[in-house]
Amino acid sequence: MFHWLEKNPFLFAVVVFLVIAFAGIVTILPNFAQSAQPIKGLKPYTVLELAGKEVYKKDNCLSCHSQLIRPFKSETDRYGQYSLSGEYAYDRPFLWGSKRTGPDLHRVGNYRTTDWHENHMWDPKSVVPDSIMPAYKHHFTNIADIETAYAEAVVVKNVFNTPYGDEIAEGKDAYNKHFDATILPEAKKITANMKKADIKAMVEAGNIPEIVALIAYMNRLK
Amino acid sequence: MQSNAAMEYDYSIVKLFMWTTVIFGFVGMLIGVLIAAQLAYPELNYLLGEYGTFSRLRPLHTNVVVYGFTLSAVWASFYYSAQRVLKVSIAESKFLMILTKVHFYLYFVAAAALVVTLLMGITASKEYAQMEWPLDIVIVLIWVIWGVAMFGLIGIRREKSLYISMWYYIACFLGVAMLYLFNNMAVPTYFFSGGLGSIMHSVSMYAGTNDAMVQWWWGHNAVAFVFTVPIIAMIYYFLPKESGQAVYSYKLSLLSFWGLMCVYLWAGGHHLLWSTVPDWVQTMASIFSVILILPSWGSAINMLLTMKGEWNQLTENPLIKLMVLASTFYMLSTLEGPIQAVKSVNAIAHFTDWIPGHVHDGVLGWVGFMAFAAVMHMAPRVFKREIYSKSLLDAQFWVQTIGIVLYFASMWIAGITQGMMWRAVDEYGNLMYSFIDTVSVLHPYYVIRTLGGLLYFVGMVMFAYNFYKTATSGRKLETEPQFKSPMA
Repeated sequence: MFHWLEKNPFLFAVVVFLVIAFAGIVTILPNFAQSAQPIKGLKPYTVLELAGKEVYKKDNCLSCHSQLIRPFKSETDRYGQYSLSGEYAYDRPFLWGSKRTGPDLHRVGNYRTTDWHENHMWDPKSVVPDSIMPAYKHHFTNIADIETAYAEAVVVKNVFNTPYGDEIAEGKDAYNKHFDATILPEAKKITANMKKADIKAMVEAGNIPEIVALIAYMNRLK
Repeated sequence: MQSNAAMEYDYSIVKLFMWTTVIFGFVGMLIGVLIAAQLAYPELNYLLGEYGTFSRLRPLHTNVVVYGFTLSAVWASFYYSAQRVLKVSIAESKFLMILTKVHFYLYFVAAAALVVTLLMGITASKEYAQMEWPLDIVIVLIWVIWGVAMFGLIGIRREKSLYISMWYYIACFLGVAMLYLFNNMAVPTYFFSGGLGSIMHSVSMYAGTNDAMVQWWWGHNAVAFVFTVPIIAMIYYFLPKESGQAVYSYKLSLLSFWGLMCVYLWAGGHHLLWSTVPDWVQTMASIFSVILILPSWGSAINMLLTMKGEWNQLTENPLIKLMVLASTFYMLSTLEGPIQAVKSVNAIAHFTDWIPGHVHDGVLGWVGFMAFAAVMHMAPRVFKREIYSKSLLDAQFWVQTIGIVLYFASMWIAGITQGMMWRAVDEYGNLMYSFIDTVSVLHPYYVIRTLGGLLYFVGMVMFAYNFYKTATSGRKLETEPQFKSPMA
């Protein structure tokens, strides 16, 4: 019945391609524009928060933590309001995760503090004795890559129309200006609530360690 | 399939990919055992400083076994069987000889770069698509080279009609090409920000829910086109060849192939049930997932019935044993998947260890066993030597089978336990357990899982040793074996 097709490899390939491509088009396209809409009042991530999101990606927090609260009472009781599509409008990439070895983090900013994160990332067992999460002590010494985060903000502003103001612009000068005017003060606000003196000293000297950026990001998750 | 004693085929490329199958299998599974142990004994996170945490190693494990072990086995099998079913030798074309070598060495370089960048934490963070944009470009190049080699071989073929395995290889090539390209669409930030920051960094073209849709359209179908389609291609070639039996039914293979092509891509949304993707997508994905049982079982049953009347081979030939159990695990795993895709089951199963459990009965039982059988079937024909040890192969089979059973049984229990504990409420409707209670309870299952993984890894070491001895010091063969692979 199909023997003729099996003798025409090119035609065979075309048919296979059409059959498999069809499903993608039908599933992804219809709601594409609607799903890209932010909810009312959603602010884009600050550059420091974006740098924290990069730390979150770099150490692959999403291999154990989800950012997706499902619409069940047991989940809303535990984590808060279930997640809405529009809340993710500025998440590139999405960080829902697929496994909860640890708890969901989509609204962790509502119930954990800077101080809590500082203790927990240094030594999880000091906060949760039975925790199986590794300590991330290197977040306290590695310097966060703020410039790359700024570059990302510039790109999403110019290419995807993410609503940033004029302070996000191309080039080194614009970056340096924004760093002194906005990013560093934001980092200092966080270190004000931290207790490690060396972290405070690093930020005073203009070097923002990964932990500060990460906490900025975690506090933003609400 | 008639025999072709007169034709000489070129196996230089096949040998290279066989070696990387063994090497990447060893590395990938070793990391797997380590990260499984880390969940049971968290102190093991600190062996390699920043680079040794579960979170850094987990993507390395998945990438090395998917793109290292599995793809190497697929390509070794492809270059071996394509020559034979198309009745053409790679050596007939100088261009193809060079191209296939470029394929291999570029692949090896990309694999090395993948390991380094993932350890450094340079990642796009999409599952099974973690590679950053410069690596993505190399991977696309490798894929195109494979496509050119494939259609080049097809172009100069003597056998006009494409054998079933070739259908699946073509589908694998096209499917991964399409999905990979669309999922990895990203803007490199360095070039669009006036030269700021890291040159490796990029930002996804899709955001939030859309990104999730595209990612799981990829993630699900990467399973389809890397873990399913080319593995079916392998079993359709190697089982009949090893057993000397003709494929049971041409019509069933036709039905299964086109069924799989038509249905598989629709089921991707089952990774996003109860999420923020549109409801109709979720329902549709659920329904198509259940339909997917048909073409999956079609292939598996076709393979099992190929052994009709020849079941005695199961006791005599460990390679037949590996392939028959591979088909059986394929049936188990393609029934388990649709069950998990039912919305009410998914509400409990999602985010739990049942999911890695499901993945592993598929990959350890189906993909792994098929890869081992394929490599061992090819070894005597490629190296012209007898398989070094039958008893070692037999022992490997049993050690690994026990390993798989321990693995999935513990993960089923762990997953359902945790899923039920997350939602348990007391008589007043309050949550009964804090999150950490649902972690502590898993400790024994994590220990059993580690043990299961360790057994599988021990089997891998046995396999590697057996393969090495076969390639270097197995008894020389004068003529190519017809069906059953000779083993000492």
